[in-house]
Amino acid sequence: MKRSKDQNTVIPPNLRRRGFLKGVAGTAALGTLASAGWPVRAAWASPDSDTVRVGLGHGSTGDSLDPGTYFDAYMMFVGWGLRNNLTEIGQSGDLLPELAESWDMSTDAMKWTFNLRKGVEFHDGKSLTAQDVVASINHHRGDDSSSAARPLLSGVKDISVLNSHTVQIRLRTPNVEFAHMLSDFHLGIMPAVDGKADWRSGNGTGGYVLESFEPGERTMLRRNPNYWKKAAAHFEAADIRVIADHTARTNALMTGAVDIIDRADLQTIHLLKQNPDIQVEQVSGTQHYSIPMHANASPFSDNNVRLALKHGIDRQSIVDNILRGHGRPGNDHPIGVSNRHHSADLAQTSYDPDKAQYYLKKADMSGLDVNLSAADAAFRGAVDTAVLYQEHAKSAGININVEKEPNDGYWSNVWMKKPFSMCYWGGQPTEGWMFSTSYSANAPWNDMFWKHERFNTLLNNALAERDVEQRGELYGELQRIVRDEGSVVIPVFADHVFATSARVKHGELAANWELDGLKGLERWWFA
Amino acid sequence: MIQIVRLVAQRIALGLFTLLIVTLLIFLAVELLPGDFVDAILRQGRTQESVEVLRRQIGLDQPAYVRYFSWLTNAAQGDLGYSFSNERPVSDLIGNRLYNTFFLAGYAAAMAVPVALTFGILAALYRNSVFDRVVNITALSAISSPEFLAAYILIFVFSIQLGWLPSLAHIAIDTSLWESLKLLFLPAVTLTLVTVAHMMRMTRAAIINLMTSPYIEMALLKGVGPKRLILRHALPNALSPIVNVVAMNLAYLVVGVVVVEVVFVYPGLGQLLVDSVSKRDMPVVQAGCLVFAVTYIGLNLVADILSIITNPRLLNPS
Repeated sequence: MKRSKDQNTVIPPNLRRRGFLKGVAGTAALGTLASAGWPVRAAWASPDSDTVRVGLGHGSTGDSLDPGTYFDAYMMFVGWGLRNNLTEIGQSGDLLPELAESWDMSTDAMKWTFNLRKGVEFHDGKSLTAQDVVASINHHRGDDSSSAARPLLSGVKDISVLNSHTVQIRLRTPNVEFAHMLSDFHLGIMPAVDGKADWRSGNGTGGYVLESFEPGERTMLRRNPNYWKKAAAHFEAADIRVIADHTARTNALMTGAVDIIDRADLQTIHLLKQNPDIQVEQVSGTQHYSIPMHANASPFSDNNVRLALKHGIDRQSIVDNILRGHGRPGNDHPIGVSNRHHSADLAQTSYDPDKAQYYLKKADMSGLDVNLSAADAAFRGAVDTAVLYQEHAKSAGININVEKEPNDGYWSNVWMKKPFSMCYWGGQPTEGWMFSTSYSANAPWNDMFWKHERFNTLLNNALAERDVEQRGELYGELQRIVRDEGSVVIPVFADHVFATSARVKHGELAANWELDGLKGLERWWFA
Repeated sequence: MIQIVRLVAQRIALGLFTLLIVTLLIFLAVELLPGDFVDAILRQGRTQESVEVLRRQIGLDQPAYVRYFSWLTNAAQGDLGYSFSNERPVSDLIGNRLYNTFFLAGYAAAMAVPVALTFGILAALYRNSVFDRVVNITALSAISSPEFLAAYILIFVFSIQLGWLPSLAHIAIDTSLWESLKLLFLPAVTLTLVTVAHMMRMTRAAIINLMTSPYIEMALLKGVGPKRLILRHALPNALSPIVNVVAMNLAYLVVGVVVVEVVFVYPGLGQLLVDSVSKRDMPVVQAGCLVFAVTYIGLNLVADILSIITNPRLLNPS
């Protein structure tokens, strides 16, 4: 398909001079802004090739094929090209079998048996067996593991091979959602070599074979001709690049140098949408921005102070100004609209300075002074969000002092260290998984140091509840507790916004991650 | 001649000593940064257990001086170690990017140096003319705007409007030379724009400075034409300052181009170093800084030697 040569569109009027007048900030966007409305010819683009070219905003020279180190979308995207999990989250959000054909859960939800698919081969021709699965799971467990997924599997008591295609996992506490958790991006299945999972080779059972891997630069994949999934992994090859600069990323898509980009720049996206050769996708998922308050530190130990702060932020204004409309107000609990048991009838916490003052009075305070630590490392626009919050809270008699922190080292020096700071969560496909990641009392990522007895009891009950309806009711109550008594302000849920050239086609888009659950390589195709 | 050899030997010895100091300073600087590699790599995913295990695996549980000296002894034997983050040999990580960085620097220098010298000489020759002013104003505006502005304008015109050149400068191992030159044209022009002014103005100033000296006056009185006057009489004596400023700019082209790398998505050393510092990946940071230090010291050495050859008086400072 050729790009149209002359679209006869005009320059948006605000670009003629203002782009320059805005100075540095304006000119940074100049390339992108102007290009959307101006004719484009791309002489070097090779749209006839069957190689899909992807430009991602994440990725760094320190990236590794070790799934225990995966942190951002780049390695997750590459990882799901190379490897499969035991289970996967489908496009509609349901749990689907992947390398595990089926599974059984004991009545107490503490013993799980997974039956592996037969006849699945790794890229090097080795057959998948139970040993590979055990080695891959154990890669994230035990005293020698430095994997980031260690807390996720902390509930696993032991894992054993029943026969060549059956694996049994016993848990310490009941968890009816354990099969969901095996779809986590860290838990791709690798071949076992001498009982250890081999991550260095990139060998897996996935739809693409690793050709070359240059961390922070480029990964080349080739279609796996022997892929066990039928009608999946349609691209001949994939060329996945790191393009950190969002202007460069947008330009690459505009000029046809890449076919897919993630994290489209929200400030110029309306111009990108005008280009008929480009389609912009927007998915509401579980990704949310959060402002945790340390419940073990004054003044946040008083729930009235927390409620005052929750009523002191104008969420719609954050959606409009920071997300430019690409999101929705949060309700101070981490469950998104794409979650099955999202409690839609729970009343939205409103921006209400009077109410905020009422709660301050209940806490025996006439005013409130707090420091809010912010850096854009938390999420793009975090500092601006903090400044907006400062303005909103003023009329409630709350004085928020925004402390701008360095991006470098934010997660180790600020997050979980300063009592009131900016953070983000990708969210989880199930409610129980999300709550046990960072809200239960013993979760290592409980960044609010929040310990609520009834919440923890109900969460444990929910994780042991086999009846979906009843579990849903429990999850509804948990959302209410977190909204009313939790120690976090969740101002917004941010949509996933990405863009592709018009020749990239797809079905329903998964909401658990961007780019179709980060499985675009496997699920999408060229027209 | 023997004096020059002795001088070079002296300078090299001094250079090695400087390198040693540089490694120590870099090590201390990275140590002083808050957080270590383990904190940086695990970020939001850190837990107490995984932090301890990872520290032990990498050897970060050792005291700082032990780590420095073991790195130093290995590096002295040519073993730069392994990257903390992906366990790859540092030499592999740096190798290809080093080539990329030098290729782009060389390309930009091949454009910038002749342009700067030619326009500098012409500006001196026709000084205070309209030509002189136009050249000066253009060069100064180019150097006064940030690199990314120049880069975005070039991309806007040549990639998006005209569609002649790509906005991504990605060269692979199998990219042909001709193709590489085309891919890197815009980054090289960007770097040319930001380096020309300095070299050009220095050339112009050095030559004009000499124009008032008595021997030039003598040559004028002798009836030498303007072209011969500048090229044969003035330029050789002006070479020393010019060579020095060219060396400085060449060093900049190697060590200071991270912005251009980001805008054109070019895999050079700058981006690697920035990533490594933010991850506290000490072996990579050290190796990258060594490369940069060697470049600086080496180019300065060459500039000094060239200065001395063109102006032997410098050998005998009185």
